[in-house]
Amino acid sequence: MHRAFCWLLAAFLALAAPSAFSANLGAADLAPLVRGLGAGSYADTEKALAGLAETGDPAVVPVIEALQAGDLHIRKADGAVVVAKRAGNGYALTDPLTGAALGEADRNAVEKIRINNALRRTISATLGALTLMSPDANTRRQAAEAVFKSRDANALDALNMALAKETDERVRRAMTQARASVLLAGDASDADKIAAVDVLKERGDQDALALLNGTANSVSNGGSDAVKDAATKAIASVEQRLALWGAAQNLWYGLSLGSVLLLAAIGLAVTFGVMGVINMAHGEMVMIGAYATFLVQEAFRQWAPGLFDFSILVALPVAFLVSGAVGVAIERSVIRWLYGRPLETLLATWGLSLALQQAVRSIFGPTNREVGAPSWMSGAFELGGLTITYGRLWIVVFAFLVFGALLVALRKTWFGLSIRAVTQNRSMANAMGIRTARVDALTFGLGSGIAGLAGVALSQIDNVSPNLGQGYIIDSFMVVVFGGVGNLWGTLVGALALGGVNKFLEPYAGAVLGKILVLIFIILFIQRRPRGLFALKGRAVEA
Amino acid sequence: MLTRFFLMGLDKKAGVLLTVLAVLAVAVPVMALGTAPDSPWHLSTHTVALLGKYLCFALLALSLDLVWGFVGILSLGHAAFFTLGGYAMGMYLMRQIGSRGVYGNADLPDFMVFLNWTELPWYWHGFDQFWFAAIMVMVVPGLLAFAFGWFAFRSRVTGVYLSIITQALTFALMLAFFRNDMGFGGNNGLTDFKEILGFDIQAASTRVGLFVATVVALAIGYILASAVVASKLGKVLIAVRDAESRVRFLGYETDRYKLFAWTLSACMAGVAGALYVPQVGIINPSEFSPASSIEAVIWVAVGGRGTLAGPVLGAVLVNFGKSYFTAALPELWLFALGGLFVLVTLFLPKGILGLAAQLRERLPARATVTAKPADQKGV
Repeated sequence: MHRAFCWLLAAFLALAAPSAFSANLGAADLAPLVRGLGAGSYADTEKALAGLAETGDPAVVPVIEALQAGDLHIRKADGAVVVAKRAGNGYALTDPLTGAALGEADRNAVEKIRINNALRRTISATLGALTLMSPDANTRRQAAEAVFKSRDANALDALNMALAKETDERVRRAMTQARASVLLAGDASDADKIAAVDVLKERGDQDALALLNGTANSVSNGGSDAVKDAATKAIASVEQRLALWGAAQNLWYGLSLGSVLLLAAIGLAVTFGVMGVINMAHGEMVMIGAYATFLVQEAFRQWAPGLFDFSILVALPVAFLVSGAVGVAIERSVIRWLYGRPLETLLATWGLSLALQQAVRSIFGPTNREVGAPSWMSGAFELGGLTITYGRLWIVVFAFLVFGALLVALRKTWFGLSIRAVTQNRSMANAMGIRTARVDALTFGLGSGIAGLAGVALSQIDNVSPNLGQGYIIDSFMVVVFGGVGNLWGTLVGALALGGVNKFLEPYAGAVLGKILVLIFIILFIQRRPRGLFALKGRAVEA
Repeated sequence: MLTRFFLMGLDKKAGVLLTVLAVLAVAVPVMALGTAPDSPWHLSTHTVALLGKYLCFALLALSLDLVWGFVGILSLGHAAFFTLGGYAMGMYLMRQIGSRGVYGNADLPDFMVFLNWTELPWYWHGFDQFWFAAIMVMVVPGLLAFAFGWFAFRSRVTGVYLSIITQALTFALMLAFFRNDMGFGGNNGLTDFKEILGFDIQAASTRVGLFVATVVALAIGYILASAVVASKLGKVLIAVRDAESRVRFLGYETDRYKLFAWTLSACMAGVAGALYVPQVGIINPSEFSPASSIEAVIWVAVGGRGTLAGPVLGAVLVNFGKSYFTAALPELWLFALGGLFVLVTLFLPKGILGLAAQLRERLPARATVTAKPADQKGV
């Protein structure tokens, strides 16, 4: 526990050290203090340690770490304190403060600085205190979080000291919580403990709940009834709060899944909904988009690794064009002969999907391809009790952007006007001078291109393999059929509803059963409303 | 009377097909059992099982053609009925293993012992009797089809929508059967069968017996289907395919006709699955996958939908091609299958059997008809 705690702190500090190097003292001033560590007796070492701790300089942390790990040695020749690591027969020496190499030494030329248990405790406390005092606010907060988890009573003094000096509000909160956690674990007074319970109630997450549960159930811990009462009340409040956040988390997951479904289905809504063409190769258009992303990223890795963060942005138009071009080719070569025969179209496009999968498998191999995430899409942030990854967030944003763009394109552009005209009355549109065959090809290309865009997004969260598309085709059809064919809003509502229902069922029924229930629900729903949620009315229905 | 009902549907094609089946039913046993293993006429057990598998697929294709070719219902989930029939038979075969399993438990199949189950789930009871399993092979798919069709046809779900929900049905079943706690062996399905009706399932004679049973089942299925199609009921079915609303306006309750054909078809598919399992030796949830249902559709399309003999031919040809390609040129098989889908739908809308008629129609037509009917894209 002890050791782990110190290592945690040390690791945090090592990360933060370069930025935190606003040393109060130069390396030259620290050197005599370091030298004092090797003065001889344990008492001397402890005194030197205290001196080092007083400086509050992060630069001394590696020295104390080395002491803790037993790497700190005295060079017999001049009494200098060095870090010695085994190298072959002898030791490789480095300066503990600057890390500069000091050459090698024979095994007999150095002597290890010994530490005992009392000293070990002091070392941990010192390390804790040093990181809690670090000039970098993030380091301090992380140190406080580490104390919160370790509940190390030795850190209490350091914590109190740091708390007195702390000015940053967030760090202060973290330290207060850490202090509460330590107090509850130890034998503090009832008043202190009740105050600590309040602090934890304020925090209100799973960790706090675990601590409070421990407090409420502790008998051996000398827990008095007052403390237990306070803890029980706090638990109720925290649980309620957690349930609320849990619902919010489900909502977010649902939104996230819904936006993925929306991305996958929206291209289908164009080809199936607007044109009445069943495109079973739609999933393969998504897959082609994902592979286009892979190729663009490879190109960036090859020629412009520094600009890798922009590769996704470049991949978007590339994927759109590649998938769109494949779509236009399919429409011109196969589908245009099959208009008005939806079931035949279904079979032909299924055949195409098999051929496309095999083609990609032959070219790129059957294994998953590595598609990286740009830095602005990796990582996560916390919103209250929610953890939101940037990747998912961007996909949600992206799905809605694509949806909006498609809506605008269909409503406000000449191309969109032609599409709608051909959809509503083909011969009349033809008579008005719209080249229907070309509109057909471009509409199919548009639907496929959007599938390609979906591929770019899905490459970030799914395996890029020849089977990528297959996993989405059934879901996409369900969304379009559920939402109502020929209606983009229906697709939006369908995707979000199915995503949400799926994620809310998952905690109760498990992922697989949840999915089965959703499928059964759709089958039953189609019986009630055979044309989907938002059915087209009037003449268009007869299509 | 009944004989006339069954015989009236048989035409010249049927005669050819039934003759071929009869020859197979005699020749294959003779070649497999009556010849020396080194004779050029000898059929290995493997080949017999392979031929039996093709004929099971042929029966599945036939059942699919009954609904697609004659009622116009494109089912993308017929493999679900096939697989359910297979599971019913597989459950019987599992119970026949008895205490010869790895764990030696006389009552529970191995996978249940492995999952620490202590007693047989209720739906496994009765499957130790062959007659019960044989009934269930038809009843389970039939009931599912009846319930599904009852709802779907009554609410007038048609065309593409129906196809998509049949696909959802088989997909949901696949996910369900993959679950261990369903009690059907999860991922691994049912396998390691030992004997059927007391005969060793690996023995050459058993294999030949199963093959003959398949031939007989296919012949019966064919005669039944052609009888149905040729009857007055069949005329109504074809009318439903061509103009459902008109038939309804004439006073026929089209839902019932469709439901009958649909349920009958599911039962036939179930029998096909039941015969398939002992010959292949395993049944697992991947048989439910939408892809296998769609593959069955292409057998029908290749042979010729609406011809009954066509699907049988199509299933055998495509599966023979599959066996050949996946062994010789595995890379090319999906290209070939995909290309087949595209070419058949584009150039052979009536399949191989319709090819001759198609050519006959087209040759003189080219001279007389100059303009094709107006653009039918109609939206």
